[in-house]
Amino acid sequence: QKMKVIVGVKRVIDYAAKVRVATNKSGVELNNVKMSLNPFCEIAVEEAIRMKEKKSASEVVVVSVGPKGATEQIRQALAMGADRGIHIQTDMRLDQELQPLAVAKLLKSVVDTEAPNVVVLGKQSIDGDCAQTGPMLASMLKWPQATFACKVDVSEDKSKFTVERETDSGTEVIEVNAPAIITADLRLNEPRYATLPNIMKAKKKKVETIDAASLGIDLAPRITVVEVNEPPARKGGIMVEDVDTLVDKLKNTAAVI
Amino acid sequence: PTKMALRFARGINRVSSSVRCFSEGGISFQLTDEQRAFQLAARQFAKDFIIPAAAEHDLSMKFPHDIFNKAWEQGLVNAHIPEEYGGLGLHSIEGCVISEELAYGCSGMGTAVEANTLAQMPLILAANDSIKKKYLGRMTEAPLKCAYCVSEPGAGSDVAAINTRAVKKGNDYVINGSKLWITNGGVARDDGDREGGGGWYFVLAVTDPDAKVGQKMTGFVVDANAPGISVGDKLINMGQRCSDTRPIFFDNVVVPEENIIGSVGAGFKIAMGAFDNTRPPVAAGAVGVSRRAMDEAMKYSRERETMGTPIFNHQVIAFMLADMATGIEAARLLTLKSAYEVDQGRSNTMFASMAKVFAAEHCSKVVNDAVQIFGGAGFNTEYPVEKLMRDAKIYQLYEGTSQIQKLIISRNMAARDNLDP
Repeated sequence: QKMKVIVGVKRVIDYAAKVRVATNKSGVELNNVKMSLNPFCEIAVEEAIRMKEKKSASEVVVVSVGPKGATEQIRQALAMGADRGIHIQTDMRLDQELQPLAVAKLLKSVVDTEAPNVVVLGKQSIDGDCAQTGPMLASMLKWPQATFACKVDVSEDKSKFTVERETDSGTEVIEVNAPAIITADLRLNEPRYATLPNIMKAKKKKVETIDAASLGIDLAPRITVVEVNEPPARKGGIMVEDVDTLVDKLKNTAAVI
Repeated sequence: PTKMALRFARGINRVSSSVRCFSEGGISFQLTDEQRAFQLAARQFAKDFIIPAAAEHDLSMKFPHDIFNKAWEQGLVNAHIPEEYGGLGLHSIEGCVISEELAYGCSGMGTAVEANTLAQMPLILAANDSIKKKYLGRMTEAPLKCAYCVSEPGAGSDVAAINTRAVKKGNDYVINGSKLWITNGGVARDDGDREGGGGWYFVLAVTDPDAKVGQKMTGFVVDANAPGISVGDKLINMGQRCSDTRPIFFDNVVVPEENIIGSVGAGFKIAMGAFDNTRPPVAAGAVGVSRRAMDEAMKYSRERETMGTPIFNHQVIAFMLADMATGIEAARLLTLKSAYEVDQGRSNTMFASMAKVFAAEHCSKVVNDAVQIFGGAGFNTEYPVEKLMRDAKIYQLYEGTSQIQKLIISRNMAARDNLDP
């Protein structure tokens, strides 16, 4: 029985890059900034490849929506071990204009064509931090969703996923039927390094390019970004004389207790 | 005809002048997607493994076995071995790109990873198929080390003056002599009892003392644990201290004649020919060290304040950094050009020498200025730049001193009518 996995990867500003607001406050400055594979997407790719290594999955297809540069992220996923790629080309800003609803619609169109058994996504991207794409896609497809996964097991017959997921009060274990959406949390796995031989093999793997505009899907943003500002500069702390004053300040000034 | 050619060229431009279109160029300053992926992989490797361990290995001077093995698993070592012998068959440009990133992390570790390539290059260029299978094949089966053994106590720049002798005895050669400053000299002897063979040396020895330089010497591949070989204590150097540099002694070492690289008497040409391929990545290493020094100095200059402002705002400092960046860009481009020429199958000797001397000399200026920008702290071992200054010096010395490079460049100039591009 063949199980096809689709993994979504997003091109984002590198987590270690110094982010600056553009002078016109329309967004963050993207020129000359290092771009990388979203860390949670990388974890999703790693999980999909492990499914293939455990013989649960037979094919891993990696999908990315983005500009020409997004092929870098697709190639990285291919070098990690994915089998082929789909690049949905758009020049919309990935951190503002192109929003989870639109991405979910685009992913749905890929799912409709590819008919996978599971879609593995990062739980959220580090630019938007919305954590919406996975749940929205599940809703559109009417598939079960297992979000914030920290452990995934595939049943012998590949019909179910047992997923341990992170919650604010600990973890819970749920079982979902295939086909399903799984979103990856930080502790799910530690992604492998792409070796040079695998980078060379990746060159021969197929990447299909589709123009996002040609799919006849409404990708227009529903939320408009009015202004982007730096967070206020941190003010220095103040010394307090005694515990009572401290408690008073925490209660009444900082309003945290 | 010149007037016609100019009018024709202008005509083409006029057709497209209404729309701002970019010229098709003829030169690309762009890496291929694959080269870019290698660059990013090497950069990540340096960030995750090399940088955190660099200071500790500089202090302990211990060979970075752990990191060498990880690099080997990643495919960063032995990348130039042709695919039919288990390698990736990468060319000089890829070597440069990777070398810069590893040296950025730590040039001592970069050298530990890349020293294999210098020893392998004579074999890759000139050895017969059975030698390649036997000695290159094993390098991708286990994390073995090999070493390029040419320099001697009495012969560094003057390779023609080497004294190590290889005398024919039946179907063998017997080698006697000593080599000095051999990188990987000790670690090549690890794994001596490995089934399938362990590390080895490329040894240049005199086979015909009365012949001219071009016929006097022969290159041999010698198992590093062959009877008669002994290795001296690790040499304690100014910089790149975790790299394993040793004297090597050959006492009646018997080598079968099958182990000759190329043919008898061809040794000098082969040993020197290797440099056309290895000088560009070494120059790239100097660029990597320079870039690291510049980044550290840049970062410090944004944070450190004097006279009420970050020192970057003082033009003296800003101009030092500007000079660093300019020279690094130029050194990198010259290095890639020299790699490009050899990858395209052309003789690149002059460019390789230009790249090496330019990159090495600029590196020495960059690291000196980086320490200067750090002020007193730059002299101290808690800050990263003093190590860079100690590591940088060797680039003006190994793989041909800067003076030898200038000799090569000027001789190439003399052999041509002009240097018109």
